[in-house]
Amino acid sequence: MQRLGLGLLTLLVVSIVIFVAVNALPGDFAQAILGQGATPEAVAAFREDLGLNRPYLTRYFEWLAGAVRFDFGTAYSQAQFAEFAGSDAGSGLGSVAEMLGPRFRNTIFLAGLTALIAVPFSITIGVLAALYRNSVFDRVANISTLTSISSPEFFLAYILILFLAVINPILPVLSLVNDEMALTERIRMTLLPALTLTLVVTAHMMRMTRAAIINLLASPYIEMARLKGISPMRVIVRHALPNALAPIINVIALNLAYLITGVVVVEVVFVYPGIGQLFVDSVKNRDIPVVQACCLIFAAAYILLNLMADILSILSNPRLRHPK
Amino acid sequence: MSTWMMILAVVVAAAPVAWAMRAGLQSATGNAPKWRDMPLSVAYGYVIGAVILAWLAYTYYLSVTAERTPVDTYFFFRTAVHGFVLFAAAAWVFRLLGQYVGTAGTRKLFRNMPVTAAFGILVILIYAIVSIFAGLIAPYGQEEVLGSANVVPGGNPAMGGNPEFPLGTDQIGRDILSRLIYGAQNTVGIAFATTCLAFFIGGSLGFLAATLQGWLDQVISRTVDVLMAIPALIFALLLMTIATVWANEFGINRTYFMVVIIAVIDSTRVFRLARAVGLNIVVMDYIEAAKLRGEGLGYLIFKEILPNATAPLLAEFGLRFCFVFLTIASLSFLGVGIQPPLADWGTMVRDLSQFINFAAFAPQVASAPLLAAGAIALLTVAVNFVVDWMLHKSSGLKE
Repeated sequence: MQRLGLGLLTLLVVSIVIFVAVNALPGDFAQAILGQGATPEAVAAFREDLGLNRPYLTRYFEWLAGAVRFDFGTAYSQAQFAEFAGSDAGSGLGSVAEMLGPRFRNTIFLAGLTALIAVPFSITIGVLAALYRNSVFDRVANISTLTSISSPEFFLAYILILFLAVINPILPVLSLVNDEMALTERIRMTLLPALTLTLVVTAHMMRMTRAAIINLLASPYIEMARLKGISPMRVIVRHALPNALAPIINVIALNLAYLITGVVVVEVVFVYPGIGQLFVDSVKNRDIPVVQACCLIFAAAYILLNLMADILSILSNPRLRHPK
Repeated sequence: MSTWMMILAVVVAAAPVAWAMRAGLQSATGNAPKWRDMPLSVAYGYVIGAVILAWLAYTYYLSVTAERTPVDTYFFFRTAVHGFVLFAAAAWVFRLLGQYVGTAGTRKLFRNMPVTAAFGILVILIYAIVSIFAGLIAPYGQEEVLGSANVVPGGNPAMGGNPEFPLGTDQIGRDILSRLIYGAQNTVGIAFATTCLAFFIGGSLGFLAATLQGWLDQVISRTVDVLMAIPALIFALLLMTIATVWANEFGINRTYFMVVIIAVIDSTRVFRLARAVGLNIVVMDYIEAAKLRGEGLGYLIFKEILPNATAPLLAEFGLRFCFVFLTIASLSFLGVGIQPPLADWGTMVRDLSQFINFAAFAPQVASAPLLAAGAIALLTVAVNFVVDWMLHKSSGLKE
């Protein structure tokens, strides 16, 4: 309960940081959007429309109150469009929430598919590497995961595109998913970005699984299990793995949180219609409400996953579950 | 679909082959312990590994003997194998050289070094030399727009290349080789400067918090907690939005803003480590003695704490450099990083990325964006190999 409160508090402070960073600093966004040639009247009208001329505190609380109800205001790009169309800006035309909704589902779908592939894969490899430690397999796994963790996401993405989409056309180059697609088609479209992200996050999880299990191998109960004469595989899966679960769960949650940032670059490479791509586009267009909303969503997901890691590692450990 | 059937067939067929191999070796060696105690799963692993190696060798054989038509489907595979063998050989020779040249200390260091670490050191050395002497090595200037745009890499006129531009030219006619070399200077140099700044900020604040403790420690630690709750890349992108506006307003290059922003974001991670290491040191007796002697804060931090915290900080420096380097490359790739026309690898990948789609019928064209991306990957892999080796060595982890 205390952790939950702490998480909420962090989220609140983060929202303040995001708002302050974007708004309280000098640099006139109205001017920047309308361009150098805009007349002062046009800039003033634009600011009036978007409510940029009101005190910061009022705007912050309005924004926060809206954000709690998933109402992130109107995107500047849309407001500007409304301005040119002659209608009243901010009249619900293309609100940020409407833009974000489907993209948010897409990103969750991508992250979920990645987790579905990456988690079992990396735990299996990690257990095998711990079982056959210091063998050829262990070294090959170690070197290849170290390579994949240290390559930039776009390099892995382009290598995968090169071999799986262009030279051997198995998967599509661009992941243009939409809501009408059947699930299998959608998975086929999402597979390439998901595989890229898998390569990015597998290394850390696998190395952590291996290290956590090897740490336990010197324990007396493992010695006991070995002396009983059960097979090495059984020693690790039945006796070491359950006790190594806490650090493994922790690192999985951290990596899922990492997925959220990794998603930005990968979505841009594959033109995947998720939040990450929207975020980058809005950063380039200085579409502040969208940037704020995306940032808040990313931070919230990040904090939530870290919180979940804390709670799960308590749940997986009886000693922490029943404190004295 | 037949490819999938073949893979499935191999996976299934490997099991009886593994069993037969083990049985055969058992009887051939008179039941030697190595084969007698081998589980079937290990034998299976060896067979699968052998099949993969054989397949690689066969594909390489095909790629060497195949006709060199413009549509050379094996181009990337062949280049990758050549590159791998070349680097492995170079690293091996480099290690051998290190074992016989140099002082007794370095010779001893090289003797127990894995090839991967030798590879890492070699690559870092090459990058350092290239980035320092970029102006002398590069055949053209980084911003020099030359006559012809989109010259194909390879330098073969029959395929649209030009021997004057061995790696071709980009979409507005700048020499890619020169830009790659200057990119080493810009990207690596900026990343290095950023990491140093991050260490200066994070390290001094961390040691300060550890030495003084009290309310200052609380304030800095809680601030760092909040800053770390926002994912690094997202936060950097958010701040770069503002920085771009500022940069336009004041006419300052946005690269400077990027250096400061990334340094501040990364200094939070450095602060955590420096504070943790510092806290362990300030309880030592010699710190107590120095305090009783009446030494000042500066002496305590720089003469007592810092020398005892170098080892963990050095390993962290390598890792942090990789993170900073990748963040800068990602920002540039997304179009908000290092400002053009400075040559930079991330921007080059983004500008040339469209060419990847030509790989099916003109592989040389598609190699252009991969060169820049590969240059980034090579350096981070090298640094990680070295750091991994250093950590392994210092932790004394044997199992």
